[in-house]
Amino acid sequence: MLLRTKLFGKTYEFGSIKELLAKANEEKSGDRQAGIAAESVTERVAAKFVLAELPLWALYENPAVPYEEDEVTRVIHDQVNMTIYNEIKDWTVGELREWIMKDTTTPQMIRRASNGFTAEMVAAVTKLMSNMDLIYGASKVRVTAHCANTIGLPGTLASRNQPNHPTDSVEGIRATIYEGLSYGSGDSVIGINPVDDSLGSVMRLLDMTYDVIQKWEIPTQNCLLAHVTTQMDAMKRGAPVGMVFQSLAGSQKGNESFGVDVGMLDEAYEMAKKYAWTAGPNYMYFETGQGSELSADAHHGADQLVMEARCYGLAKRYHPFQVNTVVGFIGPEYLYDSVQITRAGLEDHFMGKLYGIPMGVDACYTNHAKATQNDIENLAVLLTSAGCNYFMGVPLGDDVMLSYQCTSFHDAASLRQLLGLRPLPEFEAWMENLGLMKDGKLTEKAGDASFFLQK
Amino acid sequence: MDQNQIEAVVQAVLAELKKKDVQAATASAPASAKSGVPAAGAKTNALIIDLPDPTTPEVRNAVGVEHPMDPEGLLNLKSTTPARIGSGRAGPRPRTRSWLLFQADHGVTQDAIYGEVKQEVLDQFGLFTVQTQVADKAEYLLRPDLGRLLTPEAKMLIEQKCVKKPQVQIVVGDGLSAAAINNNLPQIFPVIKQGLEASGISMGTPFFIKFARVGVINDVNTVIGADVVVILIGERPGLGVADALSAYMGWRPGPGKTDAQRDVICMITNNGGLNPLEAGAFVVELIKKILKNQASGVELKLKSSEEITEHPPSDVL
Repeated sequence: MLLRTKLFGKTYEFGSIKELLAKANEEKSGDRQAGIAAESVTERVAAKFVLAELPLWALYENPAVPYEEDEVTRVIHDQVNMTIYNEIKDWTVGELREWIMKDTTTPQMIRRASNGFTAEMVAAVTKLMSNMDLIYGASKVRVTAHCANTIGLPGTLASRNQPNHPTDSVEGIRATIYEGLSYGSGDSVIGINPVDDSLGSVMRLLDMTYDVIQKWEIPTQNCLLAHVTTQMDAMKRGAPVGMVFQSLAGSQKGNESFGVDVGMLDEAYEMAKKYAWTAGPNYMYFETGQGSELSADAHHGADQLVMEARCYGLAKRYHPFQVNTVVGFIGPEYLYDSVQITRAGLEDHFMGKLYGIPMGVDACYTNHAKATQNDIENLAVLLTSAGCNYFMGVPLGDDVMLSYQCTSFHDAASLRQLLGLRPLPEFEAWMENLGLMKDGKLTEKAGDASFFLQK
Repeated sequence: MDQNQIEAVVQAVLAELKKKDVQAATASAPASAKSGVPAAGAKTNALIIDLPDPTTPEVRNAVGVEHPMDPEGLLNLKSTTPARIGSGRAGPRPRTRSWLLFQADHGVTQDAIYGEVKQEVLDQFGLFTVQTQVADKAEYLLRPDLGRLLTPEAKMLIEQKCVKKPQVQIVVGDGLSAAAINNNLPQIFPVIKQGLEASGISMGTPFFIKFARVGVINDVNTVIGADVVVILIGERPGLGVADALSAYMGWRPGPGKTDAQRDVICMITNNGGLNPLEAGAFVVELIKKILKNQASGVELKLKSSEEITEHPPSDVL
């Protein structure tokens, strides 16, 4: 194997496909921390030139972690449709980029091709994309799913109502749910990150959210973002679970650091199909984010974009209702500033869509990253143009439990009104019926949590 | 151009600017334009904007919804959570006041992270300063590993200045919030010092570490050889709470020791946390417990019957 190019008279050679992929990655502080990033901007571009000529079969045959060693690799390779793979395996990565962009390539053609991809192919083509390529490419692919309602339809933008509370107060969380609903947030899910991961606490919040949904006949699903085993215990005890959640990593070792493996996820998926109160057939909710593998020393020398793509390959096994990257949560040692967070948000969304995942984004940042609310608002507008399925909804973007900032209830309403989008159809009809929304706009009654004190 | 000409030009420009000011003030005051009185200059002089602090609980908790369906009910809902609910809207966007308050709360976190620990605070307790292998703030944020290692110069200075093998070594680190040190050290430090003295526990020579992560206590103890090392360090600022301090401590820290082998008292602040005087007393109690059990972290939990506070997630490790 020889991976080499000249650029401005200088020769650049890359020792392995893994090294080539890492050096072709856009600047990320995490890759630099891992010691695998390109040493100069020209070296990065040299790597991109070589990568553009790489045939897809070379990526298929060289996964970031060997098939024998890693169950995530096995999941990804075992689910490849070989008929489709054989049609595309001799394309170069550069050709794949142009094929995605071409006007003659329809959304249906991309959806079909995605069943012939491995994660490394998805990550590789992403590295050749400009930001607008990522927006344009993703906008061609709509991925819909159904749980209690339908997500991902063209012309819609959903919002997760994320009513977290620093002590899991049932009253406090309910108050924030009301606030969000009054702005039209909650169609993707009413999803709580609990402080207390214990069974009792999780069941209490499942009961409360289910009661709100029943009382107001809200066409949506509830979810408690506790560890998957806690949710499985809750289902066994008859708790009303709408959707089952878990954070994913792109390697077996990374998932071990989250306390999960493929066998456990398989079991959770089977239980969801058996016990969730929602209609399905999509019952799973996953969160991911570049850098989590490196932070668990589980990246196997691969860059954080490749590892992230592998998360989507794993997620695909479970036909999820929704998947989102939590793009700026991990901190500046992985994504330093708004430039890197913006890039990673666009990359992750594109990769998820290209892989056929119903993709949302938690556009967010921590206070030690070089980013502000303005940057997150910018990213949300870009991602909405890219056809992002949903964002988080938090009161004024300030999550008082997770101590980070993301998109707000206001942002969901603003993005819809700005770009002519609607809530999920069942949810919009529900809002219209209550008089909170008319012709896609909030009414006078909206934005008032006390509306929900009537019942 | 000679001096006089220059002077004349300057005067002309100043006069022009003055005229523009007056015009601008008039343009921005449509009411006075209608009535035609009084003179614009006088009106500007009479303008007084003198705001109360919008970060006080009373102002923060004000409802921004213009015509709530149930005003009393909305206040009750608001009282159940620190989340920013009931803030109202301007079309789909936030109201001006709540957006500005958000920016103030984020601004104070940035000033804390990029701020400096005040020399007079360090001087007050005679703390000398050493630095980790981190060169500047950007590198501090990018390379947590370097924030856990002292420079050779730092080790030499510690070697020269510090008492060796004390029972307890206290160090102070800036971490992710200079404000945490500036605001809390003057209260917590004397309590810890006096508490240890009163208990007959020997304390080493305290010092300050610039660009520190918690793990630097492992490196510190390769020089000091204390039984317990405590680091008082600034945590990542939360929105509106920018000065939270934590006290991490470990039994005989050294290379390879991890967070699982440490104990922590966190959220030490006068802004809605554990007040630093009280926290100082807790720190002394925890030190005594570690000394008694000759263990910290998970091992201490196993050895002692009582429950130790769980580690919260932290970015300063």
